[in-house]
Amino acid sequence: MTLLSIENLSKHFSSGGRDIAALKDVSLTIADGKTLGLAGASGSGKSTLARILMRLIPPDAGTVRFEDEDWLTLSGSELRRRRAKIQMVFQDVLGAFNPRATVASVLGDPLRIHAIVPKAERPKEIVALLDRVGLPASYVARSIREVSGGQRQRIAIARAIATRPSLIVFDEAVSALDVSIRGKILELLVELQEERGIAYLFVSHDLAVLRAVSHRIAVMDAGRLIESGPADQVIENPQSQAARALIAAVPRLVIKPTRDSVHDT
Amino acid sequence: MKFIRNLIRTPEGTVGLCILAILALIAILAPVLSPGDPLHIAGRALLPPFSDPSFPLGTDRLGRDVMAGIIHGTRTSLLVGIAAALAAITIGLCVGLTAGFAGGLIDEALMRLVDAFQIVPGFLLALAFVSVVGASVPIVVLAIALGAWPNPARLTRVQVLSIKERDYVASARVIGMHPVEIALKEILPNALPPVLALSAIIVAAAILTEAALSFLGLGDPNTVTWGSMIAEGRNILRSSPFLSVFPGIALVITVVGVYLFSEGLTKALAGRRI
Ligand SMILES: Nc1ncnc2c1ncn2[C@@H]1O[C@H](COP(=O)(O)OP(=O)(O)OP(=O)(O)O)[C@@H](O)[C@H]1O
Ligand SMILES: [Mg+2]
Repeated sequence: MTLLSIENLSKHFSSGGRDIAALKDVSLTIADGKTLGLAGASGSGKSTLARILMRLIPPDAGTVRFEDEDWLTLSGSELRRRRAKIQMVFQDVLGAFNPRATVASVLGDPLRIHAIVPKAERPKEIVALLDRVGLPASYVARSIREVSGGQRQRIAIARAIATRPSLIVFDEAVSALDVSIRGKILELLVELQEERGIAYLFVSHDLAVLRAVSHRIAVMDAGRLIESGPADQVIENPQSQAARALIAAVPRLVIKPTRDSVHDT
Repeated sequence: MKFIRNLIRTPEGTVGLCILAILALIAILAPVLSPGDPLHIAGRALLPPFSDPSFPLGTDRLGRDVMAGIIHGTRTSLLVGIAAALAAITIGLCVGLTAGFAGGLIDEALMRLVDAFQIVPGFLLALAFVSVVGASVPIVVLAIALGAWPNPARLTRVQVLSIKERDYVASARVIGMHPVEIALKEILPNALPPVLALSAIIVAAAILTEAALSFLGLGDPNTVTWGSMIAEGRNILRSSPFLSVFPGIALVITVVGVYLFSEGLTKALAGRRI
């Protein structure tokens, strides 16, 4: 089943007199419970697409249907309520949290706003979320500044699953992490997907990461979607110059296959 | 706690804090240190300072105790200075937060208002306001705040504009947080520190403005202030300069104390952000 379909999305920025077409007529779909990997060189428009999808910036043209609803015309309290269904994990593990936040407030906010559990059960739910992403309950009282980068990304994941979404957008969510931590986080994400049936839009310029988690991969170049297909097919038999360039950037790709071997990514 | 330790570690902060603490004590203990109304005639007129132990700083033309005037004047100066700065910063925060967060036409309109207030010198504005509405402590406070809020408003707006683009504000929107909650909980507390660092300077300026208003006879006539004491002594400055000099020294010490404190505050805040 199609969960999300994007049609003819366009966006341009004008900054300093220059006009940049960040997205040109992009269409794609994401299936229920599946991962779409979005690849592309720097500046190809991946983050712009993610931000439009999160309703953080408006597009110039195009439509987005999500769970059979016109996602771009929602507004006000209706939009805030429906936001529970699409969550996001950011690249910058420091910048994504209010420097004054504690782990409890980071996870408590979405639970409170969407009344996911009754107030009295909130502390229990926060501990359960921490446990699910592999952090001990004692972290609850910590300030977000007292938590390491990899653990912060786990907290960001816990925040994203707190509202029980059907889609999570990851924008370079593991790029800033150590290679050793990266593999463990990817493993966690695949587990969560299998357990809860959440669909992912996984943005990265690293095809090795995308291959580890994606069912399908789409490749962007200069604001256009130039290639898409099943993950293995795109990686083993790339059709476009842009996809070949991305593959060439990751030599280990040639030997390492499949989504099932995330453990050694 | 760590913040106060940072503050005390800077020499400016320590000295400023000490001066302000002593002044605050004097202001709070004024009725104990010098009981009775300082405006009442207490002894012989124009007693020189250091001559009579019961009037260590002498008496003025009407025989009022100069020491009592200075002690009670501390109250007025600190009260007016702090209240005016609080009012100015509150107005500035509200305007700056609204302008920066709402953007567009609201931002444009509010910033033109800030421009309008900033073009008129703050002292003139206070002068005009007090002479039209009449002199009393709350009016003087409001008059000074009226001239002092544009700076904190501008600074707040600039802070808000930069914080608004951070990922944690995007995260708050993503989890469906209400815009009012985002403005008050995510943006405001993080925009606050530099604006608070500005507050000490506003207090110092407010104390000086209050003294100047009193000097011109536009202060509250029922309270003793350093400004009115200086004005009082001006007529016999040649024969009894001490009448103007002592309240002048009190004013200088207070303003220097506030400035030193603000320097220490700024350094402590900068240290914390690293
Ligand atoms: N707010 C903005 N104002 C002006 N130009 C922008 C803005 N946001 C993005 N752009 C431009 O749009 C283009 C696409 O940017 P985007 O961030 O979507 O790329 P990306 O694929 O995410 O790149 P990266 O891999 O570096 O994150 C770039 O040329 C960028 O400079
Ligand atoms: Mg990006």
